[in-house]
Amino acid sequence: MEFQVPTINILLIAPAAIVAGWGVLLMLIELFISDEAQEQWRQIVPGLALVGLALAFIQTVGLWGYDGGTFILADGHPMIVVDNFATFLNIIFLLTGALTIFISVDFLRRTGLERPEFYMLMLFSISGMMLMGMANDLILVFLALELLSIPLYIMSGLAWPRTDSEESAMKYFLLGAFSSGFLVYGIALTYGATGTTQLPGVMAGIANGGSLALAGAALLLVGFAFKVAAVPFHMWTPDVYQGAPTAVTAFMSVGAKVGGFAAMLRILIIALPGLGDVWAPALAVLSALTLIVGNVVALVQPNIKRMLAYSSIAHAGYILIAVASAPASPDGVSAALFYMFAYLFSNMGAFAVVIAIERKTNEGVMLDDYKGLAKRHLGLALAMAFFMLSLTGVPPTGGFSGKFFVFKAAIEANLIWLTIVGVITSAISGYYYLRVVYTMFMQDGDGEVAAPEALKWTVGFAVLVTAVLGFIPGPWFDIARQAALQGMQMVAGG
Amino acid sequence: MDNQILIDYLPIAVLLGISIFFAVLLPVLSLTLGPKQGAKRNLAPYESGMTAIGEAQRRLPVKFYRIAVLFILFDVDIILLVPWAVTFRKLGLYGLYAMLIFMVIFILGDAWVWKKGVLEWD
Repeated sequence: MEFQVPTINILLIAPAAIVAGWGVLLMLIELFISDEAQEQWRQIVPGLALVGLALAFIQTVGLWGYDGGTFILADGHPMIVVDNFATFLNIIFLLTGALTIFISVDFLRRTGLERPEFYMLMLFSISGMMLMGMANDLILVFLALELLSIPLYIMSGLAWPRTDSEESAMKYFLLGAFSSGFLVYGIALTYGATGTTQLPGVMAGIANGGSLALAGAALLLVGFAFKVAAVPFHMWTPDVYQGAPTAVTAFMSVGAKVGGFAAMLRILIIALPGLGDVWAPALAVLSALTLIVGNVVALVQPNIKRMLAYSSIAHAGYILIAVASAPASPDGVSAALFYMFAYLFSNMGAFAVVIAIERKTNEGVMLDDYKGLAKRHLGLALAMAFFMLSLTGVPPTGGFSGKFFVFKAAIEANLIWLTIVGVITSAISGYYYLRVVYTMFMQDGDGEVAAPEALKWTVGFAVLVTAVLGFIPGPWFDIARQAALQGMQMVAGG
Repeated sequence: MDNQILIDYLPIAVLLGISIFFAVLLPVLSLTLGPKQGAKRNLAPYESGMTAIGEAQRRLPVKFYRIAVLFILFDVDIILLVPWAVTFRKLGLYGLYAMLIFMVIFILGDAWVWKKGVLEWD
């Protein structure tokens, strides 16, 4: 067989390439920093990382509206797709990275974890997340998943030799490797059933795949369910989130989850629409389990990081509702995208406040440490209350709009029972979210609050976006709809 | 056609069956038929050999671990180089450039490892 050179348009993968290349560049510069200049180097690395993210952001925004692919093989199929779906998700990932840098600079310095590697690893992880949204080939999905995960394993162990951080890294690594195994097995079976790893090719061949294709799809789903922490594949989440340094927890609670959903959505919608009547009910059941377990277990958590870990499991459940209704509702994918966008700001804001209260690594993260926060720092307490309301889904917040669109899509898809489960569990979640508000405003306590300017501005920005998404969700949902439409069109056209 | 594939794999299944049979049979035989001796010396890991000293679980110098991690990197590097070398003529310049980019990134990583002192033994 004659080998043909694939067509490559480097501008299209530039967003991910800039982020990864910037990380490599920073690592190289670090080699030439003398011992005396190390202190200054540590001061400027966060800023430099932000510059890299900003460059990638400019390139990403410029690609909005573009629809095409690159690394086009001889048979005309691109390995990497750049459409609004990918661009929308890339914007989420870049914002996640930027917000994480803003809230973690002072925290890392304060807790003695200030290592320049943190920012470089984060850049590598972000480039992996971006590739998750753009990958149009199962092999590339796997590579992107590893590029996303491996830096996160190291980052969760950043606080070594503290045992809880080491435990977190070890558990995350073992279960991450385990879930990668499921994913690779799923890819192998799908390849066996259809003879290709390209997503459009898989779609064409899946109808004749028989039980082999079903088994492959099931294993792919299990692999992604691990990554997004859906019940019953959620066991690692509370321990990992609790043990990892809080800045890392904030980053992976949004980035890794959205990354998992990015690849899951593209594979389900582009490659496996033929099996929609099989995976949609399976995901619906998974989603109901996730909602119930996540929200109910969160009720009894005295540690706020652990509570937010269960809360993030619960939010994976809400996104799964939207994914499960995607085959039958035109707004399923856009509801999931909008929900992730709103979740990004509410969750990052909540973690920013957690970081402000935390004294040393993992000290001052109990609910009791929030007593009397309203008297100590009213602004942060009000912001935290707003984020908690948003995560509960009380109007007028971004969280409410997100849940509204998700439930609307579910009703359109005739998943009434799932909507009822979602609404009831939202009501349950009010108990543990509002308990934080009660503790802050109604009880007395003392303790220091470390809120430098960067963190305050980040919290303010997150409050602003959450409020805007709550008051005028319409235009934003239209953007999410544009991002999702192209994914669906490719199904019809492919 | 499916049956044909299954028949092709029959020898492997037979082999698996025989090995499982013997793996179970031999310990059972030696447990039931072998003479029982309770002396402490007979139960030592090396009977009539050196006396074991210390615990089985002990700390190892972490240097070995780092070398092992580096070995995996070079190992994977070779795994990728060999198929490229085999298909070198077919892939032509495109393959050369792709491999160059990969090798440059890999060597930069090596430089980082070297400069960070991972290769120093003491």
